[in-house]
Amino acid sequence: MEPNTVVCHQVTKVYRQNSVSVHALTDINLEIPKRDFACLSGPSGSGKSTLLNLIGGLDKPTSGEISVDGQRVDQMAKSELAALRLHKIGFVFQAYNLIPVLTARENVEFVMQLQGLSAGDRRDKAMQILKEVDLTGLENRRPAELSGGQQQRVAVARAIVSEPSLVLADEPTANLDSKTAQALMELLVHMNTDHNVTFIFSTHDKLVMDFSRRLIKLHDGKIVEDKRRE
Amino acid sequence: MPSESASERRLASSGEASPAPLLVTLAWRNLWRHTRRTLVMLFALLLGVWSMIVMAALVRGSMEQHIRKEILNLTAHVQIHSPAYRDDPAVEHRFAAPSSLADALTQTPITAASARVRVPAVVSSEYESAGVMLVGIDPQRERGLSFIDKAVKLGRDLESAGDPGLVLGRKLAERLETGLGRRVVLMSQGVDNQISDRGFRVVGVFDADPQAMETGYVFIGLEIAQQLLGMGNEVSEIAVMTDDRNHLDALVERLRATAPGLDVAPWTDVQPLLVLMEKVNNVVLLVWFAVVFAAMAFGLINTLLMAVFERTREFGLFQALGMPPRFILGQVLAESLILLVLALILGNVVAWASVAGLKGGIDLSMFAEGLQLVGISPVIFPTLATGDVLIANVVVIVLGVLASLYPAWRASRYVPVEALTRT
Repeated sequence: MEPNTVVCHQVTKVYRQNSVSVHALTDINLEIPKRDFACLSGPSGSGKSTLLNLIGGLDKPTSGEISVDGQRVDQMAKSELAALRLHKIGFVFQAYNLIPVLTARENVEFVMQLQGLSAGDRRDKAMQILKEVDLTGLENRRPAELSGGQQQRVAVARAIVSEPSLVLADEPTANLDSKTAQALMELLVHMNTDHNVTFIFSTHDKLVMDFSRRLIKLHDGKIVEDKRRE
Repeated sequence: MPSESASERRLASSGEASPAPLLVTLAWRNLWRHTRRTLVMLFALLLGVWSMIVMAALVRGSMEQHIRKEILNLTAHVQIHSPAYRDDPAVEHRFAAPSSLADALTQTPITAASARVRVPAVVSSEYESAGVMLVGIDPQRERGLSFIDKAVKLGRDLESAGDPGLVLGRKLAERLETGLGRRVVLMSQGVDNQISDRGFRVVGVFDADPQAMETGYVFIGLEIAQQLLGMGNEVSEIAVMTDDRNHLDALVERLRATAPGLDVAPWTDVQPLLVLMEKVNNVVLLVWFAVVFAAMAFGLINTLLMAVFERTREFGLFQALGMPPRFILGQVLAESLILLVLALILGNVVAWASVAGLKGGIDLSMFAEGLQLVGISPVIFPTLATGDVLIANVVVIVLGVLASLYPAWRASRYVPVEALTRT
């Protein structure tokens, strides 16, 4: 049995808008073991992105406990959360979210530069991962000069290049054509199996669900189904 | 047991590198995302720096000219008198210079020294009389000490301490309705408390700035003055010029030790108004610096806040990727610092070029009458003082960075998930 990378215990998130309280998540209990390839699915507003954001420490739960690699995310200070994300968590966003003033290679190197890798090591690893995502030759282009699919592959390369223990991907294939999405998922499966990286997706995309080994369905902020597939 | 990610293992072996190159790269490229806005801000900062330095050069130049002029107008760098002379410059407050003083006056940093008789007197022509200050000088020793050796525009200078002639100012000559070659009578109280008088032929007429000098002083030979007043070898004052008017303490102490019974006074004691004016000018400059900087700071803060608000999503992304808040703060400060340094470099160069271009002086003679009343020359020669340039640069860089702290702090305080969803 693999140790858990992510543990959520009685996690609740309530957003307050003026005098109205919106329960985005209610009493979520979830364990994601190391090397899992899990998918959060459900309709819009079901709490998928909120759960990913809480696990990644981008937001704080209203109540409950969240641990990543044994560290209590919900109790961490801003700087501790930044360090956790830097060293343990990779993010892939629906809207690519590349840094517009950096080239594709520099975007991929960004996290490694924050981690303190030497310029030579960064460059080698960035070029290697860009080759894996089939972006060789485009490394010196800025995001505005890349297509949506190319930008998403750069974002994926950035998320996985430093081999974090956990990658959180929010609708990673939403803006990609089916062929690009297929290639991207194959790459992520490769990272999962060969580099022991744990993946949690939030998606509506059937393709992503088909690639996943575990399907967690959310509805109105609650887990309504948690099914492991072989 | 928490697992160790690959990045953590790498960090453990490599040690943390400086984020500065990354932050500077981001700052530099972000600045040029809005080229026009950056150029406008750069121009505004440059203008501010330029105005600080050029204004300081003008004020400093004007003040420097004024002090130099006053020092040449018989003040010199150091004056030696009988103790009561400065309160009552009468003939009874004369002194005989001790022999040891003569040696001390030949040593560095003294460049010129001369004894003078300087007492109140009345000068009369056949038409008019006027109260003046009678100054007995040794013209040879007076060179480099006062304005008079270069001021005679009609006739000739006094040639020696025994020259029997008299030199007076143009305005005084007009008032007395006298002129070159005419005779006038000088009257003053002698050492015996009797009125001493003597006729002199006007051998020279001088021009002076301010014109009050032309009506207030007449010059005769030192020996002639001593004879007229019965002073023997005694004098009213010894004027001393040095190579640096700003470092006189040691010299004054040395002269006081050499002539313990005499009043040895630096120009700052003789002309306290000049010192006060210099202090007022310094305050005016600081106020000017503050006003210019305030205008610059508003522009800088506004520009940085706009940049921060526009890039809210990016700052959220930086946090999501693990950039510590202090690095985000550092990145915005780096943008400010780059702008400020560029503005300082360009502002200093343009200011230096402006001052160099004005080395012939700025002619304010249209306003000369008013300016002369407050002792300012109608032609101002800007002077770049290292201290002023340094203060302007330090004010801009230090206060500029401080002013940038607020936008930088705002950027570092975003909640990542809120920033990432901002459109």
